[in-house]
Amino acid sequence: MDFYYSLAQIIGFHTLLGLSAYIVLQTGQVSLAQAGFFAIGAYVAGMLTVLAGWHLVPAMLVAGLGAALMACLVGFPALRVRGLMLVIATLAFGEAVRLFFFNFDYQIAKGEVKIGPLGGEGFRQIRWFPENGWTSLEVMLFVWTVVALVAGALWWNDRSRFGAVLRAVGEDEVAAQSVGINLTAVKVTAMTIGGFIAGLGGAIYAHYTTHIEHLNFNVLLATFAIAYPILGGLRSVFGTIVAAIFVQGFLVEGLRFLGDWRNLLFGALIVLAMNLRPHGLIDAATARRLARLFSREQWRGEQRRA
Amino acid sequence: MLEVRGLSKHFGGVRAVDGIDFSIRPGEVFGLIGPNGSGKSTTVNLVCGLYQPTAGEILFEGKDIAPVPTHRRLSLGLARTFQNIRLFANLTVWENLWMAENAPSHRAETRFLKRWIGGRSDARERITKALEFSGLAHRADDLAGSLAFGEQRRLELARALAAKPRLLLLDEPAAGMNAEEIAQLDERIRALQQQGYTILLIEHHMELVMAVTDRVCVLNFGRKIAEGTPAEVQADPAVREAYLGTAQ
Repeated sequence: MDFYYSLAQIIGFHTLLGLSAYIVLQTGQVSLAQAGFFAIGAYVAGMLTVLAGWHLVPAMLVAGLGAALMACLVGFPALRVRGLMLVIATLAFGEAVRLFFFNFDYQIAKGEVKIGPLGGEGFRQIRWFPENGWTSLEVMLFVWTVVALVAGALWWNDRSRFGAVLRAVGEDEVAAQSVGINLTAVKVTAMTIGGFIAGLGGAIYAHYTTHIEHLNFNVLLATFAIAYPILGGLRSVFGTIVAAIFVQGFLVEGLRFLGDWRNLLFGALIVLAMNLRPHGLIDAATARRLARLFSREQWRGEQRRA
Repeated sequence: MLEVRGLSKHFGGVRAVDGIDFSIRPGEVFGLIGPNGSGKSTTVNLVCGLYQPTAGEILFEGKDIAPVPTHRRLSLGLARTFQNIRLFANLTVWENLWMAENAPSHRAETRFLKRWIGGRSDARERITKALEFSGLAHRADDLAGSLAFGEQRRLELARALAAKPRLLLLDEPAAGMNAEEIAQLDERIRALQQQGYTILLIEHHMELVMAVTDRVCVLNFGRKIAEGTPAEVQADPAVREAYLGTAQ
């Protein structure tokens, strides 16, 4: 059973990573920096619980805020470039973060041993969960509570005007400007929120795995981050959740017996999905059809109330 | 209302707009016409801020608006439609209008959080009215991309109007319309003028321009070649030459 709890935890922080890219992608920005924000969250939270002896929850919040601050700072220059140039710029940032942690030493002595991040060796001893006697099940429930809170907030945001503004910017920047939307403000806000969510995910990841090192936060992770929302569709957070479950639960774990062929199949499936469902598994039309299916009257009523 | 002085926009060596002047009086429908490539759309893009002018001034209600970023010009009272319709295709008709409610002119009405959470109910009445005026009320919940061409044009106009502008820039609103739709557009423009809007109409369709405008400015190769009432402009030999070529 522990295997499944552990898998659910993995899917949990991958979902957070996907959701962090989801809100950025809604504004039409393809960001490969999410793995970098995830790394910042992981290291900050790890250092706070291990070195400063904090409780996990405040450590996670600070980790999220730290990643958000970084995302905001990166957002201003990076979001002035578009399309492929933005992909390159954010990729470079992600790699810079990884290389920073590759060179980052900050160890303090605790009794006999020295603890803390040690460059390429990584950061071991992030054992807040076992030290406080959490069982696998409890950790899983905790992880998914965070996922539910974040997903719920984004789900609600999708229904708010700000959510529609995000999508409007993603649809047509010129038209968005002409109806009075400040592009920079909207994009940087989305990036900052995305950074916060990635930071939370990274904090959870660090405490799940107990040992982090720079190689965990490579380009592959950044690709996963944008793959979930692209695969799932940008109309609903459920698409991202389903995609994370599908990729981590089925493609990565379920197809483990295929060995190296698994990666080939993963690539092929992305290509297939982009051809068959160019706007994601759950695109705008599907999302509306689903909504109508579930509650035709309620949906209409909601729109009318609006 | 709007005064353009010595306005120029050069793209490299191409002088898309080359030192034009015109001024629009409050309450009039001002036509901007000219053959293809004469600089009409560039002029609109300069006025609404998508391009920065190479030289010259754009004064709106006596104020130079060159340093005002595009997204703030809406709150000054400048709204536009596009030659090739630019709706948010994957947003609903309702949401498209909701976006224009983002204008800072509406911001004073409610506090930020209230707008974020309950902005819909505040904007409800205005949007419903705009939808009824455009005859799109029954399609409020449909995606904008699924509308017919004429409906999309009407929605785009409604979106521009949702921001309560004082000057409306219509960039070739009749493009792709049939005779019946153009007749409707003619009526609509007159109705808007009655309601007190000042309109800058960029158009290819001469009948429409001659019918609804008070004054017309004719551009050719980025320069102004004539200005006056529709009748004066039609009689101008330079205009005939630009449109029909020189009689040999």
